[in-house]
Amino acid sequence: MSLSPEILKSKEYIEKVARDYGLDFFEVIFEMVDSDQINSLAALGGFPVRYPHWRFGMDYDQLSKSYDWGLSKIYEMVINTDPSYAYLLTLNPLVDQKLVMSHVYGHVDFFKNNYWFSKTNRKMLDTMANNAMRIRSYMDKYGQDRVEDFIDQCLSIENLIDPNLPFQQKKHSESGKVKEPDPNEDGRLKVDRSYMDKYINPQEFLDSQRKKKTDEKNRQKKNPPEPQKDVLLFLIENAPLEDWEANVLSVIRDEAYYFVPQMQTKIMNEGWASYWHSKIMTQKVLKDSEVIDFADRHAGAMAISPGQLNPYKLGIELYRDIEDRWNRGRFGKEYDECDDLVEKSKWDKNLGRGREKIFEVRKIYNDLTFIDEFLTPEFVERNGIFSFDFNRRTNRYEISTRDFQAVKEKLLTSLTNMGQPYILVDDGNFENRGELLLSHRHRGVDLDFRWATETMKNVSAIWRRPVSLETFVENQKKIISFNNGEVSERTV
Amino acid sequence: MIYNIKRDHNRFRSIVKGKIKQELKKYVSNGEMVARKGKDKVTIPLPQIQIPKFRFGDKEKGGVSQGAGRPGDPIPGQPGQGDQPGQGEAGNEAGEHQLEVELTLQELAEILGDELELPKIEPKGSKTVRAKVDKFTGISNQGPESLRHFKRTFKQALRRQIASGTYDPDNPIIIPDKSDKRYRSWKDDVRQENSAVIVYMMDVSGSMGDEQKEIVRTESFWIDTWLRSQYKGIETRYIIHDATAREVDENTFYRTRESGGTLISSAYKLFEKIVQADYAPSEWNIYPFHFSDGDNWSGEDTRVCIELLEKTIIPVSNVFCYGQVESRYGSGQFYKDLMEKFGKGHDEVILSRIENREGILDSIKDFLGKGK
Repeated sequence: MSLSPEILKSKEYIEKVARDYGLDFFEVIFEMVDSDQINSLAALGGFPVRYPHWRFGMDYDQLSKSYDWGLSKIYEMVINTDPSYAYLLTLNPLVDQKLVMSHVYGHVDFFKNNYWFSKTNRKMLDTMANNAMRIRSYMDKYGQDRVEDFIDQCLSIENLIDPNLPFQQKKHSESGKVKEPDPNEDGRLKVDRSYMDKYINPQEFLDSQRKKKTDEKNRQKKNPPEPQKDVLLFLIENAPLEDWEANVLSVIRDEAYYFVPQMQTKIMNEGWASYWHSKIMTQKVLKDSEVIDFADRHAGAMAISPGQLNPYKLGIELYRDIEDRWNRGRFGKEYDECDDLVEKSKWDKNLGRGREKIFEVRKIYNDLTFIDEFLTPEFVERNGIFSFDFNRRTNRYEISTRDFQAVKEKLLTSLTNMGQPYILVDDGNFENRGELLLSHRHRGVDLDFRWATETMKNVSAIWRRPVSLETFVENQKKIISFNNGEVSERTV
Repeated sequence: MIYNIKRDHNRFRSIVKGKIKQELKKYVSNGEMVARKGKDKVTIPLPQIQIPKFRFGDKEKGGVSQGAGRPGDPIPGQPGQGDQPGQGEAGNEAGEHQLEVELTLQELAEILGDELELPKIEPKGSKTVRAKVDKFTGISNQGPESLRHFKRTFKQALRRQIASGTYDPDNPIIIPDKSDKRYRSWKDDVRQENSAVIVYMMDVSGSMGDEQKEIVRTESFWIDTWLRSQYKGIETRYIIHDATAREVDENTFYRTRESGGTLISSAYKLFEKIVQADYAPSEWNIYPFHFSDGDNWSGEDTRVCIELLEKTIIPVSNVFCYGQVESRYGSGQFYKDLMEKFGKGHDEVILSRIENREGILDSIKDFLGKGK
């Protein structure tokens, strides 16, 4: 549905205001949708055309139920494409539409300028539709159940990808290629005078050279040569898949990579959009009569629910803190080394570089580096941030500490690898029986055992051979194996 | 834009039903469904449908949050001392919630019917209950504005305006006048329907413990669900008895605990009275269900019971169902007595023994498997 003249006018105004503030975005196309449509779209990750899968129906079921019960309402949705598409709810009052539009321009500026989004496919709308068509044709050919079951198996490991891969120069797969054979077969050093040969290349040296060679050869024979983080890629290249299966797996992998930057920058992206909707609305757009409604919506978005971290809230506060610090020069060696608390609290160098700084921050950081760089003890204290843990004795979650280092560490841990466990392919010929060995890089937190074995079952279905996983369970190194429907476990 | 979501949604629903069917026994025996029953829907927890992924154990993880409180204080909003995994867990990631799906009782009955291969019930008696349904069947020239049929009215006005030459294609404004207005009209649709009554009788004497009552409660829920899917407007009556019997409401039926002796005949006599007063056997499908631990006061009373069954209860009922819940205190003699009398060649009596929760599903099949 096209925009009403009223909304169109607001849109043009907000767009101009946003540009004047220095935001730099793709063209944004707003679509008016009703609540059922927005629930459908949300279930499909924002994309109107995707391959048929029951999981989208499940998400839709949950979203529309929670909407019907008045528990939740999706306010805004925007897709990272060029031009960008965003959805407005028909039923919302004008002030909400303005808020959403301001928020969306913040997001689209972020999509366009943040480094971690630089490798994403901006024509994803078309790609998703093509993927849908391809998968539908497989379903026609091989049967819906068969294709859907395979998709289920692939989705089970869609998080086992390497977020840094798009930024690496050489493709991971090429490192496995066999190098040109060395002309000096036995590793003999070049000798100009033959009588020197036995001194330059004594027998011990030749032996050690030979050993090095064999080791090197063995290593090359090992597949993957180094543990590989992109498990999906490894399976596409090495599992005994039919062509259509390999294609389905590639589709799942491509779509998973597309969503990676959004997971990597949740705090920054929402914070940035909230910062700008707040700025644009309060300084340029709001009419007097709309202030209360705006404040209500804004407060709703910033609300903290117990036991959770609100990325909107944390993000907006951090940007504001950075802006303030760079405006007043509260950074750098001189400030850090100042011991005088009174002087520190009055510190103001009138630098006025805050705005410039936050634009720079939104360009190069992601959540992990953002928190690592800009979270300060003062900020943690002022915002009442704490870390919590499960207490087995009382059987409940309890606040564990408010200590800055501990809180920061916990936060960084939860953001590392997007909160997902590190699982790598270690060996595609485990036990020399063509089995697959995955290894979990344990960082202090155990895997959920039941989920892990269920997942291995799916990996095994793709690999068509037994699959093992090396991990730690309660500080014990273990290998869990899934073999023909049976799970076994041994301590290493 | 075309949304395919409805198709995905249907697909999801059918997968859900498949899962419930697979695990019907589990759902039936843990009795949880009963507590989740709404007016005509049930909410069913279904965690196992989610796609498994490698993820961290919840209890290990903890997280970061904001708010007041000192170290050692609990995070607010946690479920009591719930130690069931995956329930209402805190976490700093969105979307980690327990998956629940809703089914209508009708859908649930279908699943039960499919899984147990329950035959459709052959109703007896003439169709005497009249059900009046309002059905919008036609269009009339008069009616309340709330029932105005917009399209018909518009068409009528358009037709009139074209006919009278006042229609201007460049300025296609249609103004209906009073004679153009059309309204939806309805007819009373009287349908003859079969009617049924279930009479639950339960022994609440001292020997029936909470566990036994829970089993009865769960089993009645499923029987109710099935019979309701077979008859419209089913009625239910509840009788509890120890040495004396009385009629109670549903709530009391499941919660009362008496401690007297047991005279089963008292319940049967009350049943007889209720049927005589309210349900003419020629018009009603009557389903008496009796649950007990099989411990009757005396052999004499059992003889009275059998006589009542033979003379009055069995002739008026579609089928008489007796479910015996195993109990530590009960002797289980009543089952044996009934077995001796009605064990062979009596289709109109169904006897079932329910050893424990796991036995509920089989017992339901015993009762409903004959399509009576």
